[in-house]
Amino acid sequence: MSNVGIVIVSHSPLVAEGTADMVRQMVGDEVPLAWCGGNGHGGLGTSVEAIMGAIEKAWSEAGVAILVDLGGAETNSEMAVEMIGEPRSHKIIVCNAPIVEGAVMAATESSGGASLKEVVATAHELSPS
Amino acid sequence: MTEMAAADFSRMIAAAADTIAAHAEELTALDQAIGDGDHGLNMKRGFEAVRAEADAFAAKPLPEALKAVGTKLVMTVGGASGPLFGTLFMALGKDLPPAADRAALTAALNKAIEAVAARGKSQPGQKTMLDVLQPVYEALAQGKTAGEIADAADKAAAATVPMKALRGRASFLGERSIGHMDAGARSTALLVRAVAEAIEAI
Repeated sequence: MSNVGIVIVSHSPLVAEGTADMVRQMVGDEVPLAWCGGNGHGGLGTSVEAIMGAIEKAWSEAGVAILVDLGGAETNSEMAVEMIGEPRSHKIIVCNAPIVEGAVMAATESSGGASLKEVVATAHELSPS
Repeated sequence: MTEMAAADFSRMIAAAADTIAAHAEELTALDQAIGDGDHGLNMKRGFEAVRAEADAFAAKPLPEALKAVGTKLVMTVGGASGPLFGTLFMALGKDLPPAADRAALTAALNKAIEAVAARGKSQPGQKTMLDVLQPVYEALAQGKTAGEIADAADKAAAATVPMKALRGRASFLGERSIGHMDAGARSTALLVRAVAEAIEAI
């Protein structure tokens, strides 16, 4: 699939899964989509390993946009991108956008065949600068 | 590493894991006051994972051993502390030569602090672990003894109490973050003391 992939990273697996459900309702299977949430030990949090796995699952040659909730999700996502390494890391962007609205808007943009840059820009429009 | 250096490295790992385990509840309590309350448990899980592989890590040359410690912390600590403490060790490994002396350690710590600051998009003065790392670097650069460096770290952690948090979950509390010690600053000071005491014992 050549559409930009979307990864949802929340501290809560329930939030991540629910957000993914809302994205699927909008775009069906047109967009590679993966989510992860929780610290990997049954608690709230985010796991670099799980984020790397989600990026693999949603990987697209067009790139991957990651939507995150609180700070640790962003830090862990950036770490995961760095550990995936070049050249793929250049095609993965952690968005600065609210997680639910950002994921739905980014996926909708992606489903129309937009570039990674366009998908990320759509998500960023949701954040007051 | 040589057999002797490897034994010293394993002892430092054990000392670090011991102090984190002994203070896990305190770290969690600090984090509950102004954060999300997972710091003690997260750090303990990470350092126990490192302890479990300490001998295998110590068999590697020092730079690779430190990178392995950092990677293990990234993968096991969770929370933002995983990437932050992981980056500290990975960056030290990247810049230290296999046979490191004080000058090399000082230079590498300076670079590692920059890497942690970049990872956390932070700088000293924002009530974080950087507020301990920076004075530790300065004490190291000034030729202070291991004991003096450990004392400087404790003092620096205590100095985060009146600060207002500008990064991390604590920053959501604004003024209410004042009056509590930063949990990451405390765990950094604990690690510095553990390593300093292990070095003094060599």
